[in-house]
Amino acid sequence: MIALSDFLILGAVIFCMGVAGILFKRKNIINVLMAIELMLLAVNTNFVAFSHYLGDTAGQIFVFFILVVAAAEAAIGLAIVVLLFRNRQTIEVADWNELKG
Amino acid sequence: MNFETIVFYVFAALTVFAALRVITSRNPVHAVLFLVLAFCSMAGIWMLLEAEFLAITLVLVYVGAVMVLFLFVVMMLDIHLAQLREDFWRWLPFGAVLAGLMVFEMSWVLGSSDVSGGKTVIKHAADYSNTKELGRLIYTEYVYPFEIAAVILLVAMVAAIALTSRRRKDAKSQVVPEQIAVRKADRLRLIKMSSEKHAQEKIDNTAEVAR
Repeated sequence: MIALSDFLILGAVIFCMGVAGILFKRKNIINVLMAIELMLLAVNTNFVAFSHYLGDTAGQIFVFFILVVAAAEAAIGLAIVVLLFRNRQTIEVADWNELKG
Repeated sequence: MNFETIVFYVFAALTVFAALRVITSRNPVHAVLFLVLAFCSMAGIWMLLEAEFLAITLVLVYVGAVMVLFLFVVMMLDIHLAQLREDFWRWLPFGAVLAGLMVFEMSWVLGSSDVSGGKTVIKHAADYSNTKELGRLIYTEYVYPFEIAAVILLVAMVAAIALTSRRRKDAKSQVVPEQIAVRKADRLRLIKMSSEKHAQEKIDNTAEVAR
């Protein structure tokens, strides 16, 4: 029988890969967005695992809303990337420094 | 080792492999395709957790729509791979140590204690429908959050279109104020001219001239 902690450890591994992915591929904004998607996937897995093992369907509802927000985030994020690429001809994060942040 | 355990480890290994390739692959198109693999195998694990509706949603909505959006954007932008490569090795040790530490901490905490609180998993009857149960909850208890989710999607759609649409220079379109402001004198010209003869008379006249 698979224990709850197995699923949680799988989620932790995927989440840390997302964190590492942001550090590895900081130059390419698309890779950063993909790493964020990985982290969201890990969090969703934790929600689903808890929902199954505690017998509470509310966790799955939460995953549903996270999916909605993640889809909206991906759409707007990619729109901003396309817009920036059109104006600056680069997708390197370091080159977007107009705001001097 | 029963069948469920084998399925779990196969899908978990696939997911971890795909996630590793997402963050290490040189080509962004490969990275997106491995992300699709990660989502698909994670959907298998969700299926194992009896979250059928969400597993199907993950494949249909996420792989079918969001990942295709990613793929479109990656292919639309022309990316110079060589320039993007150089930063990778500089950050590899730091990132690997950080991620390894986080995995170690989390699995230490999660593996050593019984997180489920000693509850046994409820076995559902064969006619239990996960989709039905989720639908009942969404349309009763969570109906307002559900509507807010719909509004969020609408806002995202409007924002994405408004951000990326650009006006063509040679586009032809109506100018409504000009159309409303137009007066009769601008369009209609009245001229005075003498009345024409009847058509038949005209033919007769030309015939006479020819004779």
